[in-house]
Amino acid sequence: MFETILNVISALAIPLIIVLIPLYGYRKGLKVYEVFTVGAKEGFDVALRIIPYLVAIFAAISIFRTSGAMQVLSWIMSPLTSLIGMPGDVLPLAFMRPLSGSGALGILSELVKTHGPDSTIGRMASIMMGSTETTFYVLAVYFGSVSVTNSRHAVPAALTADLAGIISSVVLTNIIFG
Amino acid sequence: MINVIWLAMILIGVTIASADCLVDFVDGSILWNPTLEPLVNLTSGVFDSVKFAVTLAIGLVGIMSLWLGLMKIAEKSGLINIVAKAVKPVMIRLFPEVPPDHPAMGSIVMAIAASVLGLGNSATPLGLKAMQELQTLNKVKDTASNAMCMLMAMSTSSVTLIPATIIGIRAAANSSNASEIIAPVILATGISTTVAIVMTKILEKLPRYRYPETGGETSLAENQQNPSQENA
Repeated sequence: MFETILNVISALAIPLIIVLIPLYGYRKGLKVYEVFTVGAKEGFDVALRIIPYLVAIFAAISIFRTSGAMQVLSWIMSPLTSLIGMPGDVLPLAFMRPLSGSGALGILSELVKTHGPDSTIGRMASIMMGSTETTFYVLAVYFGSVSVTNSRHAVPAALTADLAGIISSVVLTNIIFG
Repeated sequence: MINVIWLAMILIGVTIASADCLVDFVDGSILWNPTLEPLVNLTSGVFDSVKFAVTLAIGLVGIMSLWLGLMKIAEKSGLINIVAKAVKPVMIRLFPEVPPDHPAMGSIVMAIAASVLGLGNSATPLGLKAMQELQTLNKVKDTASNAMCMLMAMSTSSVTLIPATIIGIRAAANSSNASEIIAPVILATGISTTVAIVMTKILEKLPRYRYPETGGETSLAENQQNPSQENA
């Protein structure tokens, strides 16, 4: 029931917003079409502005990924993570998640296929995937779009939050499905 | 910090790929016939991914323009202000530096709402719109303001109501209950959002992350602060 309601909301959200905003503007006497195009004109500039930041981040992530550094890191960390109840198989996902959304999705699909979606590993990986974000992509895009280079405490704060999401998903999986 | 992480990722990656040319990682033995394959793969991987970075950015143009167009209507019609007023009590605590009736507040709410609803494609343009609004309030243009860091931390940790893609993957793998992860995900993201907010509020007060105020009495302190911040 809850799930159906959520699905309906997410399906309706965009069409509703696309209708309501122009309708409201029109009632307030705006030339909605013209105002829309004025705003839309900025879209191209924003996309262009983030390219250097995306290239920088993606290059570093690609080197880190293809080199196998992720596996080496997972191997070093595995004694530590087993203490909180995280199986070694899930560890690469935890490292990949903040770096690459498609990479993490690849690992998740593989884990779900190998261990089954209803296994502890399959569930933990699914919950972890849903509870964290591609932090470095968001960082590059958000700060790149306004040409901010000194991100101050944004990275440590966001990474700590990711870590909290990862630990929570491990603990919750073990409590709920353990 | 991003400078250190960026360099470390490249350095570690190239080092490990080089080692991989000489050593068999599976049994730790030294290869008698060193291979160049790991380094070749590394190079082609970099070229592919920078190409993808540009494709991704260009692919954003359409949806970006759509949302910026809609947001312009929402802004000119006063709709954004209404949204901003409605959530004022919470927002002034999270973003104390932003004037309560500033359009940035409305944009931030829209951005966070989009990521909560799992509208991934639309969350990015709305987040960027909010960033631009915050940049108009920012005194030092190349440095993130407290509000920007809060928005960034909240966006990357936001509560997720419907992890649609993941449910899809699980259903495709014949899960007996593909959506059983919804409740744990809501819980876990609730925790991570709380951590994000608390951490941002704590870290923004630390000297090493201090915001470089322009002019005034703080200029002396700022000059002493700068060298260490360059390295941060």
